[in-house]
Amino acid sequence: MNEPMTPSMIAFSPALRILPEILMTLTGVLVMLVEAVLKPRTSRKPLGIVAILGTLAAIAASVYQLFLPAGTAFFGTVQSDAFSVFFHLVIGCIVLVTLLISLDYFEGHTSFVGEYYALILFGATGMMLMTCSVELLMVFISLEISSISTYILAGYRKRSATSPEASIKYFLLGSFATAFFLYGIALCFGATGSTNLYEIAKGVADGASPLLLTVAFGMMLIGLGFKVSLAPFHVWTPDVYEGAPAPVVGLMSTAPKAAAFAVLLRIAYGAFGTAIHIWMPLVWIMAVLSMTIGNLGALTQRNVKRMLAYSSIAHAGYLLVAFTALAPMGIAAASFYTAAYAAMNVGAFGIISYLSGYNEARTSLSDFAGIARRHPVAAAAFAVFLISLIGIPFTAGFFGKFYVFTAAINSGNAWLAVLGLLNSGVAAFYYLRLLAQMYMVPVEPPREADTAHARPAFILAMAILVLAVFALGIFPGRILDLARAGAATFSGPANAASQTVPVALLRR
Amino acid sequence: MNVAIFILFALLCLGGALNLLLQRHPINSALSLIVVMSSLSVLYLLLGAEFLALAQIIVYSGAIMVLFVFVIMLLNAGEEERTHGSRAAYFAGIPGVLALFAVLAGTFVTLRLSFGGTRLGAFLVTTGDLSRVLFRNLLLPFEVTSVLILVAILGAVVLARKEH
Repeated sequence: MNEPMTPSMIAFSPALRILPEILMTLTGVLVMLVEAVLKPRTSRKPLGIVAILGTLAAIAASVYQLFLPAGTAFFGTVQSDAFSVFFHLVIGCIVLVTLLISLDYFEGHTSFVGEYYALILFGATGMMLMTCSVELLMVFISLEISSISTYILAGYRKRSATSPEASIKYFLLGSFATAFFLYGIALCFGATGSTNLYEIAKGVADGASPLLLTVAFGMMLIGLGFKVSLAPFHVWTPDVYEGAPAPVVGLMSTAPKAAAFAVLLRIAYGAFGTAIHIWMPLVWIMAVLSMTIGNLGALTQRNVKRMLAYSSIAHAGYLLVAFTALAPMGIAAASFYTAAYAAMNVGAFGIISYLSGYNEARTSLSDFAGIARRHPVAAAAFAVFLISLIGIPFTAGFFGKFYVFTAAINSGNAWLAVLGLLNSGVAAFYYLRLLAQMYMVPVEPPREADTAHARPAFILAMAILVLAVFALGIFPGRILDLARAGAATFSGPANAASQTVPVALLRR
Repeated sequence: MNVAIFILFALLCLGGALNLLLQRHPINSALSLIVVMSSLSVLYLLLGAEFLALAQIIVYSGAIMVLFVFVIMLLNAGEEERTHGSRAAYFAGIPGVLALFAVLAGTFVTLRLSFGGTRLGAFLVTTGDLSRVLFRNLLLPFEVTSVLILVAILGAVVLARKEH
């Protein structure tokens, strides 16, 4: 599979353009079939390992796609390029780490562990397809695959009251949001006569009914805004994150969001690139609202999962700041931020899932008092993720924010950057409050429920994430180059010219 | 003639939709949904989408609604209990819906001239045209829908089955 090939000369099957998705789907089906023949009370760990191997294969396949010339397949419905590969890698790594964290988490607590792995794999298929589709109907189907699997995963702690509540809330509001997205697609078709992003871009450039296009973009923004929990469409976030199992929250606060932001980038810069004046004000307002509501909301929370839910709203706002920057810079900054945010947020929820266990023994701020004394390593890792979420130098969070705000300032949006920095200051307060609880508050008498002990898979996952946080903060070069190469694919319809960039990148 | 049929079935569709929301018993709501689906299929037929119209009747009015009614009967769902609704619904929801309706209505009224006119029933989308789009241009979304259905089935099993 990895033999060197000179791209442009060899004719290849269109299936190679969706190779990672095919591998994910096949692994999911395999897990489902094996689950059916396993005895009810045996360990499901082998299935988890199969899922991990499948994810690794999909990650390798995504890297392989860099060597293909950028281009479309299946009658222009999907496009593999550096941009799609970047997001494939982000989603693949999130799924990999989530599988490692969940390997021991559900064992013995639920009888649907096999289905859990299959749902994660199918969900990842949907998210990966979202990032490489250039046809809105394809986006819609894959968005539904990713959403439905996350609705179900949110309700996995069936014996608790909050988890099914989270699931049904997420389902109702999510379906409502999808309807908006679909209506936006329909209006886009009405205005330009096509659902293909390149055709829409032509229609937009020709000035086809700007009023209708504005409404269409607004509808799609509402739909995607719900999925990435941007204010004012964020109300579901705290309840869902509070009720869903912690490893699932780590996944659904990062991977589907990365995919939805990729779609938003393709729509905003790709299809509506010549109508930036249409969407800039909308994006500006939503960025300010999300940052402010997210951070102020987080200040008042005593529940750590709810606090991180509000923090994720704020981070979606920071990410949206990148959208107000001019094309290549803004796209690269937004892409990089999704990777940085994924590393730190999956890590934070991973530590929570370890410390509070399946029964969520620790949820409120005071439960984390003196954790540093009893679980020094876990507390140290948690501290790294929180410091990165604040945005302190040498961590992923710092470089993410740095690129986003620099891009905004360079494009003449200094005020937005100032608002973002002020918000980061507010945010530091609640992250530091949690850190202070962990390190400064004296140890309570240990309680009997505290049975947390780390397993190898979990330690491996956390090691990967801590390394990723520092690597993205100290040597962001290679990831940033890939993000830039992805941004460069937007400068024109995919053609052979863009193929050399990523290949050169890998050989460096 | 076509316009008369359009107005008749459009009103029937709207009436059915309103009745669906206002009825207190789930069976009555389900039956009004059949009215909505069937009158929609007449509107499709008027637009020349004959295949879509019949698929709408067979799939939605037929298969899906039968399932709906069966589930309601099986669960023995009684009359719903009405609450006064949350305050958020009154202060944010209703103005929000009205604003959305105003924006859409305003857009369509403003653009009605540039949309141009079409004679109802003037053209026909044949099954051949439809399948060319479905099985050629949109082949991948069509195939990927199977993954979507697989996920939904898997989810139904997980959510509905009891833990042992």
